[in-house]
Amino acid sequence: MDNLFGEIVFWALAVVTVGSALLVVTIRDVFRAALLLATTFMGIAGLFVMLNAEFLAVVQILIYVGAISVLLVFAVMLTRGVSEGNRGTPVQPVALTVAALLLGVLAWSIVQAEWNLLPTDLPAPFEEVFITTPQVLGRLLISEFVLPFEIAGVLLLAAVVGALALVRESGEE
Amino acid sequence: MDLERYLLLSAVLFVIGMYGALSRRNIITVLMSIEIMFNAVILTLVAMSRFITPAAARLPGADPADVAHWLLTGQTLAVFIVVVAAAEVALGLALVISLFRHKDTVDVTEVNLLRH
Repeated sequence: MDNLFGEIVFWALAVVTVGSALLVVTIRDVFRAALLLATTFMGIAGLFVMLNAEFLAVVQILIYVGAISVLLVFAVMLTRGVSEGNRGTPVQPVALTVAALLLGVLAWSIVQAEWNLLPTDLPAPFEEVFITTPQVLGRLLISEFVLPFEIAGVLLLAAVVGALALVRESGEE
Repeated sequence: MDLERYLLLSAVLFVIGMYGALSRRNIITVLMSIEIMFNAVILTLVAMSRFITPAAARLPGADPADVAHWLLTGQTLAVFIVVVAAAEVALGLALVISLFRHKDTVDVTEVNLLRH
């Protein structure tokens, strides 16, 4: 992305994403944290569009912004009242140190690694894949990755049944 | 620098999520932080998928037309992570609701049933 417009969009999305993620973990009001989390998810969806992953951007909006954020807001509403504020635990300084150390290690290894990058002018078939992402992704899911695909279906079923069993009122048969 | 800046951005997001998961008292905020970490990993996978040459294309004599679909391996993995994250958040929130019903709290430091 060597044009100016792409640069501006990337940095705007990066600032929105990182800023709202920082607010999620520092703000006191849990309800506002849930709304800011939706902003983070939308920023990441924008970054997916920048990375030629339009299908995943739509999935991100549908599942993260549409379903997971709403579920979290529901949970905040159902448990509100006792949870006055969102204080830190006693291990906060340790957490900060560990996080800073991990960031240092990650940044160092990202910068010094030698990546096997794609050529800047892509061969025509590669270019084609990035234009028709949903088709190629769908074909991959029902050919090479069909076993994980089926297992994911079973996992979702188990999760739904498990969640229902957990929240069922006790004593109600 | 194209790949590196996306990787650095997702490293920053991952670290923010980890800090939140370790340092917050409210269990719902801990779940939100875990979701931020999931998203950071998905961003890494999508960036890799866009900028890295797939292993199949590095083999000598590989025809670009035959190996092109391997470019989207990262995105396929990202789809599975989204599925697992959705299952995780559904179960996690069910646990939170059930915990709130029994102990009347969502403070992780007050839940110490398993502590000797």
